[in-house]
Amino acid sequence: MPEEKSPQSTSEKFTLSRREFVATVGGAAATSAVLSTVDLGVLETPVFAAETPPVDKFHSLITLRVNGDTHRLVIDNRATLADVLRTELGLTGTKIGCSRGECGACTVIMDGRAVYSCSILAVDAQHGKIETIEGMAVGGRLHPLQQAFLDHDAMQCGFCIPGQLMALKAALDRNPNLSREELRYAISGNICRCGCYANIIDAAEQARPVMKKV
Amino acid sequence: MRTVGERIARPDSLDKVQGTAQYVDDLSFGAMLHAAVVRSPLAHGRIKKISTAAARRIRGVHAILTAQDIPGQNLIPMIQPDQPLLAAGEVRHIGEAVALVAAETKSAAEEAARAITVDYEALPAILTLEEGFAKREIVQHWKLRRGRPCDIFSRHDVVVVENTYQTPYQEHAYIETNGMIAVPETDGGITVYGSLQCPFYVQKAVASVTGMKMNHCRVIQTVTGGGFGGKEDAPGLPAAMVALLAQATGRPVKYILSREEDMQVMSKRHPGKIVYRSAASHDGILLAVDVDYFLDAGAYATLSPVVLWRGINHAAGPYRCEHVRVDAYAIRTHKVPCGAFRGFGEPQIVFAHERQMDLLAERIGLDALQFREKNALETGDHTVTEHELKESVGFKDTIIEVRRASNYDRLKLEIEKSNGARISENPPNPKRRGLGWGCCYYGVGLGARGGYLNPAGASVVISSDGSVNVAVGTTEIGQGMITVLSQIAADALGCPLEFIRIMPPDTSRVPDSGPTVASRTTLMSGNAIADACRQIKSRMAAVCADYDFSKIIAEMKSQAVAASARGETHPKSDFHRIVTSSYTPSNRASGHWSEEAWLWKATIQRCVQNMVQLSAHGWAVPPQTTYDGETGLGDVYVTYSYSTNLVEVEVDIETGETTVLKVWTAHDVGKAINPQTGEGQIEGGVVQGIGYGLLEEHVLATDGSKAATRKTGKGGPFPPGRILNDQFSTYIIPTPMDIPEIHSLIVEHAFPYGPFGAKGLGETPIIAVAPALVNAIANATGIQLREIPATPERVWQALKQEASRRTQQSPRRSRKAASAI
Ligand code: FES
Ligand code: FES
Repeated sequence: MPEEKSPQSTSEKFTLSRREFVATVGGAAATSAVLSTVDLGVLETPVFAAETPPVDKFHSLITLRVNGDTHRLVIDNRATLADVLRTELGLTGTKIGCSRGECGACTVIMDGRAVYSCSILAVDAQHGKIETIEGMAVGGRLHPLQQAFLDHDAMQCGFCIPGQLMALKAALDRNPNLSREELRYAISGNICRCGCYANIIDAAEQARPVMKKV
Repeated sequence: MRTVGERIARPDSLDKVQGTAQYVDDLSFGAMLHAAVVRSPLAHGRIKKISTAAARRIRGVHAILTAQDIPGQNLIPMIQPDQPLLAAGEVRHIGEAVALVAAETKSAAEEAARAITVDYEALPAILTLEEGFAKREIVQHWKLRRGRPCDIFSRHDVVVVENTYQTPYQEHAYIETNGMIAVPETDGGITVYGSLQCPFYVQKAVASVTGMKMNHCRVIQTVTGGGFGGKEDAPGLPAAMVALLAQATGRPVKYILSREEDMQVMSKRHPGKIVYRSAASHDGILLAVDVDYFLDAGAYATLSPVVLWRGINHAAGPYRCEHVRVDAYAIRTHKVPCGAFRGFGEPQIVFAHERQMDLLAERIGLDALQFREKNALETGDHTVTEHELKESVGFKDTIIEVRRASNYDRLKLEIEKSNGARISENPPNPKRRGLGWGCCYYGVGLGARGGYLNPAGASVVISSDGSVNVAVGTTEIGQGMITVLSQIAADALGCPLEFIRIMPPDTSRVPDSGPTVASRTTLMSGNAIADACRQIKSRMAAVCADYDFSKIIAEMKSQAVAASARGETHPKSDFHRIVTSSYTPSNRASGHWSEEAWLWKATIQRCVQNMVQLSAHGWAVPPQTTYDGETGLGDVYVTYSYSTNLVEVEVDIETGETTVLKVWTAHDVGKAINPQTGEGQIEGGVVQGIGYGLLEEHVLATDGSKAATRKTGKGGPFPPGRILNDQFSTYIIPTPMDIPEIHSLIVEHAFPYGPFGAKGLGETPIIAVAPALVNAIANATGIQLREIPATPERVWQALKQEASRRTQQSPRRSRKAASAI
């Protein structure tokens, strides 16, 4: 076929994903997380970075505090927190299911609140204290929630599980007295296609008293 | 210790809760490139010109391939040889791949894909089933003929009910989208890693397009984030794409589909249309069914012929019915090809027959349950295909279990009372409760049309320390295969569970074992493992039969004590330590092997010293099945699983919204190898069934629709046939807020050929949920829906129509009737 541009040509383009949207608007604000009326540790407003030393027009040098470690990195301005965690820091436990704040697979904890890391720019996450699934078990000991997930077989394919654990941890860290209904609400932004919801909530109920003690 | 029947924790769960399980997007290889795909914006068109010059100039682009660059065949081999990997000359559905790009970064690849321009000439597109049928675009036609249905329908002493039913597309919506990585090997081969259900299908697709021998195409399944049938045939496409790009560039290539792309172009459940006529006697005997069954196959045949075939084999439900006519058609349209989805052609037709059962019961004046019980299949009966059921028929027991657990007779009365009370509240309470039944059965395995895909292999290798590697050709997709097969291997060998390791599926390890579908994994791979274990056990017995192990065990123990005194750690696995710690804290403290484990280790040591071959390949072939193409009759499956569901709903008659309150769901699975993972399968299936019945459907742009005037990212209107809801915010699946209380009940009527009596369980849970929901809505409100999903809009519309129908029928009673519903 001849290799030249034709004036009436069309080419397919699917709707913009969240990530592409962010890419096209540069460092603009990213919406985040589920809106909640009950305080369940779900972030309602994004955090903005004030001063980020620019490296060039497209890159920045940032500091990220993840699971107690501090990282200095040069990143693409368009990179989301999820991108940087997964590709720059190798923390692939945070999953991507939609890239647009609709599935919850990418949930991490920032300053004690569950956030969708696909919908936060890494440059905006600098001043936060970030926790990921990799930081949950301490010194080889599983977190009570992780143990409870094992005990209740609260998973099938496992893809949504890191996000579920993060969402529940944020919620129970803030309030270890949540009712079953409130626990259900706490994961209402985390979809599980395998349908393990009942076991997940059972597991959270098992972990609740243990987390209270700690 | 026997582990079969125990609630054993999943060996793969520890990785999943720690985030260390490696899904395909978590892997990367040195010098890896990223792929992007140029896809058709038109449902049907001729490709006039593809211009790639501008794209080639983009920095980081390594390869751009179109149909003419394919070294092998431009064909994804499935049942019919009709699907190209890259459109050549003509595009036949929106999203069909036209060109491939590999570049240094994902964004460069995507930029290049956007820079490739394709000129099309639009051609007329077939976008509905009806149009396709009228134009005789028939991918497959199956027939079923039994008895003389015409004679029954012409009788005057029978009750006849006839309706047309419609079912929607359903999206698999696995949370991990499809994705693949191809890695070129130094010997010229290619290894493909990916999210998939059927490694051997992928292997064939890769070999076909690359032109390589199959033994040079190695496929390894990575931990897979959900399949549900969506990763059965469809992953062959992305796998073939990355393989071609890797072949062209000599570098590893990764391609992970975005959510939107996955929803637009990957397979789905077929939309269906069922014209259903049934006849019953006045005393409640189901006499005849007469059915036309249509599935919208999309642009290519993929698995449609066999999806359709499963539907026709279950056309009358788990009931005795001697007079049957069914014609089933898969219709070709210019839409995304549909394929396998949990239930595989059954949910569509089951929706119809279970609605019919309720309507017949109402006409006859029987309770919906009574009518079903009266006609339920039992041992000695014949199925709709004249398969005589000689054993393992637990259907009636599933009904009894649900009836018992739900306290049905009391509950029914209680609900009638409470609805009555709500109507007379002031102001009237708009919520109405209702109960609905849904039953089904499911032929386990591929059945008579599965042919060479039916057998399965397994390899079992025992190391000198007693640990065991088991390799099979079927896959773990969250259904719990690793757990269940570990249990089968442990019990078949007589060794403790912690010694077993199920290896990641790899086409180079075991012979073609067919697909991981049709609830066949426990049955077929389980039997193959049992076969291999039997061979090894008989060799072991020859040297161990009369041997006294006490001395050798004592010796090994003292060695272990000495080792731990030197500070060497105990060899027990992390997994075992952590999982058992929660059940028996003393285990953790003692850190010692059990007596059983010592005996196993000692036995293996003796075998090693005596040069016993501690490895074997197992092979399982299912019992004979038969099928007559003319009549459609035969012993089409090896056996059947049965299921009964009762749901309780609450419908708001002002908004049309349905809330599912409770579900009782009973399944005859032969034997639950692991009741815990079994219950997980049941609950998960029910949740997906609720989605199918109440929430999920794709909306497509039509020519004149409002949606067609909405803007795409590119600035044009959506072309007809394009899926408009391709995100989780528009394609709605059940969230934690939508789930009811689910009571999973397991019934065990052992299947003698199955491993430890097991049949299969993966699919029955989803199949009869949708009709049960719609039956319950009918019970609550009196409206008779013939279409799912029963969204609030649809229910509300039907309520309005029903009210106006009543007004017209009897003007005097109308006001009361309207307020009563
Ligand atoms: S990936 Fe972030 S919400 Fe889906
Ligand atoms: S476990 Fe599969 S999506 Fe939740």
